[in-house]
Amino acid sequence: MQILKNKFIRFCADVLILAALFTLVQYFITTGLLNQYYQINLASMCINIILSVSLSLINGFTGQLSLGHAGFMAVGAYASVILTQMLGQPFIAGIFAACLAAGVCGFIIGVPTLRLKGDYLAIATLAFGEIIRVTLQNIDYVNGPAGVLGITKLTTWPWLFAAAVITTLVVVNLINSSYGRAIISVREDEVASELMGINTTKYKVIAFVIGAMFAGLAGAMYAHFFYIIKPETFNFLKSFDILVMVVLGGLGSTSGAIIAAIFITALTAALQSFPAIRMILYALILIIVMIYRPQGLMGNKELSRQTFGRIWSGRKNEHNRN
Amino acid sequence: MAGFGVEEKMSIIEINSLDKSFGGLSAVLNVNFFLEQNELVGLIGPNGAGKTTVFNLITGVYKPDQGSIIFNGQNITGMAPHAICARGIARTFQNIRLFNDLSVLDNVKIAAHKNVPYNFFSAIFRTPGFFKGEEIIEKEAMKYLEIFKLDDKKDELAKNMPYGEQRRLEIARAMATKPTMLILDEPAAGMNPQETNELMNLIAQIRREFKLSILLIEHDMSLVMGVCERIYVLDYGQIIAEGKPEDIRRNKRVVEAYLGEEGE
Ligand SMILES: Nc1ncnc2c1ncn2[C@@H]1O[C@H](COP(=O)(O)OP(=O)(O)OP(=O)(O)O)[C@@H](O)[C@H]1O
Ligand SMILES: [Mg+2]
Repeated sequence: MQILKNKFIRFCADVLILAALFTLVQYFITTGLLNQYYQINLASMCINIILSVSLSLINGFTGQLSLGHAGFMAVGAYASVILTQMLGQPFIAGIFAACLAAGVCGFIIGVPTLRLKGDYLAIATLAFGEIIRVTLQNIDYVNGPAGVLGITKLTTWPWLFAAAVITTLVVVNLINSSYGRAIISVREDEVASELMGINTTKYKVIAFVIGAMFAGLAGAMYAHFFYIIKPETFNFLKSFDILVMVVLGGLGSTSGAIIAAIFITALTAALQSFPAIRMILYALILIIVMIYRPQGLMGNKELSRQTFGRIWSGRKNEHNRN
Repeated sequence: MAGFGVEEKMSIIEINSLDKSFGGLSAVLNVNFFLEQNELVGLIGPNGAGKTTVFNLITGVYKPDQGSIIFNGQNITGMAPHAICARGIARTFQNIRLFNDLSVLDNVKIAAHKNVPYNFFSAIFRTPGFFKGEEIIEKEAMKYLEIFKLDDKKDELAKNMPYGEQRRLEIARAMATKPTMLILDEPAAGMNPQETNELMNLIAQIRREFKLSILLIEHDMSLVMGVCERIYVLDYGQIIAEGKPEDIRRNKRVVEAYLGEEGE
């Protein structure tokens, strides 16, 4: 009972902090303190957080290498746009369609490849990303390579905020449960996990489908913020971008994925006028991380209340909880 | 049933003419054996005799080329390992396979996932059922850690524990799946005589407490002789002897098999 009570107090504190953050930004937007330029970067940041956290569930926690996250994003973007622009449905219907379509694609790719051990998923997702891109280029209904233009701007700060928070909550709650431990055990030792009674294929597919669904959500948010979607937007380089965030943040750390997403978005914004330098810098950062901190910024640790508590009271990390 | 005066012992597992070869090499050849309920049986044999392969066949890591495995009256041949575990067989590994980067407690909790007391959506929405369920899982896991005297190390990473404790943790983890049959692959390997002795007492204790049937591989003959009620001897993939420890000790073929190994 006491434990439940403490949990409730902490839950209320979390809600308050999030509500404060939301209101503050909303205030800045309505008063015009946050101009167009910053709003665009804010949207990118939220979308990147969704992408990075969802990919970290697949690559970081389940230990399955997926190289086609942008493909699922494309599926979500196009599915939502077809619903809101072509079929005149509300945004929320578009969002659900995006998650559903991306989830179904994830299931279709996941079931045959995740049954096998080895890097079949990497190859299949790489191919999937390309197939989606080429297919979209050849569908006249969505204007082929030119893409869909003039999409109604429906993605507002409340939507972005809710999407990022829900993605993070679902992943964090899943990971910190018995189901999450089952998922992590697959990464740790697939054979031992299977022999301890865990249906490893099932959990790999679950994690992969959830990750794909949230990539679809990110796609829907993206499409209805930036007015235009083109197949080329969701190419391999975009998947690579997301992968960089997850690796940089630390495989198996949600807070790491969020921090890295924020950092990479800021870096991209700062280097907007020098796109060539951006790719070089990415490569450089990756190399430096691989040499000096191969486990990523956070390793598999999380930034949590305890971490802040320790910093606050000036104590060094005595008990490194995992 | 009652009244016939015939004591009918049910065998918990029956293995019939099991074959497995790797490439041209027959690792297991026409192996037959059984375990009765609550029996403690040893499987011994020289290096490369095929003992671990037999374990891998029972637990579904490999599919047999031929033969059948009947567990509790049910044919489990060729089932997936997790399905076999679900039916009540748990094991440890000759080369320790813990979840190295996870805590001791999490290692055991993962094995308890099989009986997770809340569903997926409770976990995501953090319902009261989730918190209650987590408490149950934690209590269960601590119970097994206490039996194996690892409860004060619950927050340590598995990889940071001394070798002997890692071996004990593997058994604790296997127990958390709530098996009716436990199979142990060289559980005392690398332990000193005192640790080995303690381990054997622990094994006897859990066997009594949980009414387990135990199949045990051990390389060290003297050790097996001390604890097992019955012994099977494997050599070049075939069972060459079966019987009580004292019979095995005197068996000419067994002595030859072991001497042959020493002569190598
Ligand atoms: N996956 C495999 N692929 C090929 N050969 C294998 C495989 N597993 C086992 N073997 C071979 O099968 C034979 C039996 O091996 P096994 O591991 O079962 O022996 P063991 O009795 O457990 O030996 P030890 O006492 O050394 O553990 C050996 O010759 C081994 O090389
Ligand atoms: Mg062996």
